[in-house]
Amino acid sequence: MTIADEAAHHGLHRVGGRPPLGAYLAEVWRRREFTFLLARYRLEAENGRNRLGMLWVVLKPLLSAGVYGLMFGLLLDTHKDVDDFLAFLVIGVLLFEYFSTCFTTGARSITANAALVQSLSFPRMALPLALVAQRFMQFVPMVAIMMLVAVLMGNYPSVQWLLIVPLALLFTLVNIGLTLMTARLTVHFRDLTQLLPFISRFFFYTSGIFFSVEVRFGDHPTIMRIADLQPIHEFLSLGRAILLDGPQYDITTIYWAYASAWAVLLVVAGILFFWAAEERYGRTD
Amino acid sequence: MAAPTDRRPVVVVDDVHVEYKIFATGKRPTAADSGRRMMQRRRTTRTVHALKGVSFTAYENDSIGVIGTNGSGKSTLMRAITGLTPVSQGAIYAASRPSLLGVGAALIKDLSGERNVILGGLALGMSLEEIESRYDDIVDFSGIRDYIDLPMRAYSSGMTARLKFAIATAQKHEILIVDEALAVGDQKFRNRSEERIREIRDNAGTVFLVSHSMRSIKDTCNRVVWIEKGVLMGDGPTDEVIAAYQEAQRH
Repeated sequence: MTIADEAAHHGLHRVGGRPPLGAYLAEVWRRREFTFLLARYRLEAENGRNRLGMLWVVLKPLLSAGVYGLMFGLLLDTHKDVDDFLAFLVIGVLLFEYFSTCFTTGARSITANAALVQSLSFPRMALPLALVAQRFMQFVPMVAIMMLVAVLMGNYPSVQWLLIVPLALLFTLVNIGLTLMTARLTVHFRDLTQLLPFISRFFFYTSGIFFSVEVRFGDHPTIMRIADLQPIHEFLSLGRAILLDGPQYDITTIYWAYASAWAVLLVVAGILFFWAAEERYGRTD
Repeated sequence: MAAPTDRRPVVVVDDVHVEYKIFATGKRPTAADSGRRMMQRRRTTRTVHALKGVSFTAYENDSIGVIGTNGSGKSTLMRAITGLTPVSQGAIYAASRPSLLGVGAALIKDLSGERNVILGGLALGMSLEEIESRYDDIVDFSGIRDYIDLPMRAYSSGMTARLKFAIATAQKHEILIVDEALAVGDQKFRNRSEERIREIRDNAGTVFLVSHSMRSIKDTCNRVVWIEKGVLMGDGPTDEVIAAYQEAQRH
């Protein structure tokens, strides 16, 4: 009898190795309380030592919207031909901020927690998921701010505004998918953390946050075709279409189909990609 | 090798090798080096062969001391048993997933002791109800009830270590690995923690204790595994193996 047979005879299982996908996801679900509380407590700890505490969650994005508004709206004059430019900008900046903080800080969610990964056994997916959950908690008050600015600019709340809920959920799926991918890639190539801020900035300047892609490139069909398929631009356009009135913000329903397709594609690819290297994350090299 | 027994094996380590590949960050510069070398330094990888074919079997109710000099591979072996470090050759079988006693990495210094008890318990895999029911035990064992609402960064290192130990041992462990954790706290707390380790062992558990303190090992272990440079040098009753180890240290 070999040692493996004898071990099996006594009911022993081989240690280590990657569980099958179904069992893995079930374990991720079972540990959801940990994921959620880790996110909540980290958010509290991030702000706990500031005098204004959790108020910074709201203040920081507002300040960045203010800076961008000053830069692009007044100095660079990109607000020409855009209705309700302030609301246009605030929705763009706040939605983008949710994406970019997940994308860049999520990349370090495994490498920055090496000690935790090497001392406790839990599905590693909990760490990037906790990161996205933490950013989601920061994003929720942003939705209220977007609505407030939309009302101040003379847009009327309607039942249609409820569509912001499915939009936020789809956007969260996109962020989960991307965070899972960058979290694993950073384990293989640490250099990625140097590169990601530039990728994020590239999207910031090309997704139509402080200028309208439709106004600027309306007569370039190729560019418009690319913009139609670019997920960040889709989500920003949908957000503006939901909250802002006026013909400029009317949108074809096909954008919902595109956005849903991106969300499903990215989250499935992200889960598979992250799970495939599960046993790699605990290694010290 | 330990004599074969009719007791149930709980951990079987079968010819385990562990290798790491690590970027060598360079040797110290010599006089011949000039500034330009900084830019063209070669990134050589070195393979560290941390374990070279270790085999043994642990039985239930065993309490095994793991000894060896610094860098001998003790901690690597323990991490391999928990499955946190993948083996490059051989295999490890266990009756249930062995856990490393340690929860420190999951805790957040800026939060109160109370919240860290909850977070640490969840990190160990307990449910919120289980943590709720053991909360008072944990706090009493740590002996810091008066400070439990203060952020952990305000605790002394001894208080922090006691809280971590109390959280980590609150869970029922079938196979527990303790890496040098008993060296923390004052004499009174040390006695209580050794007592708790013995309790876990008596409740049909198996305990591995990695330590440089031969006194701790003699007090808690019935068997000792001695590792040197990744090779198993001895495995047997505590007194015999420790005597051989101390004999080797003198040369």
